[in-house]
Amino acid sequence: MELKTPLYDVHVREKGKIVPFAGYLLPVQYEGVIAEHLAVRKQAGLFDVSHMGEITIKGPGALATLNHLLTNDFTRMSTGKVRYSVMCNENGGCVDDLLVYKFGEEDYFLVVNASNRHKDFEHMKKNILPDTEIEDISDTLAQVALQGPNSREIMKKVMKEEDIPEKYYTAKRNVDIGGMDCIISYTGYTGEAGYEIYTANENAEKMWDLLRENGKEFGLIPCGLGARDTLRLEASMPLYGHEMDEVVSPLETGLDFGVKMDKKEFIGKQALLDRGEPKICRVGLTILDRGVLREHQDVYIGDEKIGHTTSGTFSPLLKTSIAMALIDKKHSALDTVVEVDVRGRRLKAKIVEMPFYTRNR
Amino acid sequence: MFKNPEELKYTKTHEWVKEEDGLYVVGLTDFAQDALGDIVFVNLPQTGDTVTAGESFSDVESVKAVSDVFSPVTGIVAEINEEILDNPALVNEDCYGAWLIKVSDVTGTEELLDAAAYEEVCANEA
Repeated sequence: MELKTPLYDVHVREKGKIVPFAGYLLPVQYEGVIAEHLAVRKQAGLFDVSHMGEITIKGPGALATLNHLLTNDFTRMSTGKVRYSVMCNENGGCVDDLLVYKFGEEDYFLVVNASNRHKDFEHMKKNILPDTEIEDISDTLAQVALQGPNSREIMKKVMKEEDIPEKYYTAKRNVDIGGMDCIISYTGYTGEAGYEIYTANENAEKMWDLLRENGKEFGLIPCGLGARDTLRLEASMPLYGHEMDEVVSPLETGLDFGVKMDKKEFIGKQALLDRGEPKICRVGLTILDRGVLREHQDVYIGDEKIGHTTSGTFSPLLKTSIAMALIDKKHSALDTVVEVDVRGRRLKAKIVEMPFYTRNR
Repeated sequence: MFKNPEELKYTKTHEWVKEEDGLYVVGLTDFAQDALGDIVFVNLPQTGDTVTAGESFSDVESVKAVSDVFSPVTGIVAEINEEILDNPALVNEDCYGAWLIKVSDVTGTEELLDAAAYEEVCANEA
């Protein structure tokens, strides 16, 4: 049985097309994926991401626990910062990827993928170090993402300007937005400027309506999972279960920046060392023929299968098909022309630089 | 969702067909275009190709997914709608106007439904 987020009734009211996703009933689209995608690129979009999991890690052992569980290094992280990390298993594969918010020396807030939430929590509980408290608070919190170049203007209308996080990957908590107690971070999964806002379930509907109402003059529209996927793909952001999984290592899928091999120890470090220099890597593809690349399609050079696509779609901004693929590293040079098996047809595609889209800062 | 025109016949796989001057005109239903979402490519056969009732003659790509289009009739492709190759969104905008192919020399058809029977099929899938 699928769960409903606290915003389920709102999605029905907003005429969202509801589908099951990661155990939840969520809108795949409202108006249409292309319109929603372009709204986020040019103006603003509002997403319900309440399905995401939130886990707190607290106590004198919290920092040591994070450094043990996760591939990134949190030693020099300042309070108020947000940091991306992978969590590896003993074999160097990925248990999940996640965000870590630091609210105090012994006070961390982690945001994990909905589909991995229970698995992550079990893995963390099993591996925490002494003097550490861990709690899964996912079911108490709603989360909305306001994304797009007009996001800041909209937030300015509903909260004190000095409470808005200034820098990318920073966060504030106990912030008042329309009388509601919130966590707000300058983060997102679209490649655009924007904020992610966490508040108690009972505030969810009020928060949604507040942002919708104040966002209207800035072109804000509600956006579904469809646009969330096309936006993150244009920004080349990896998605668990696609670009990485329990087998693929973070180094193989190009997440080196979040893996600190010079750290003394973390779960999976030895396995990553033993696995050696990765033989595969993640590349971006754009199609040269007519058609649309999708996930799980084999990639060839001549008769040699060199890998497979992990995500693919039609890019509403670039107006052509783009994909990410995990392929043999020795064929991964930019501009290499490959063939992708699209439902039995070989379509030509070219290896291109990622991300496919970068916003002007 | 707008109404499925009474004068058309429908397949369970969400194509519509109508006979017009001896040709069978084939398109996608409103249910199909709505389920697919924004359509970005339509692949069509060539004039002179054979299509077979119940078999795929085309695929339609939306941002979200790809879907086969099944021929309601067996015959020969007499004409294709070139306009939708360049502007596939026409299928979203006006699915009962934006036909895909016209078929001649028809020798057989799928089980074809009237609008009321087709709406029941849709109701069961929704």
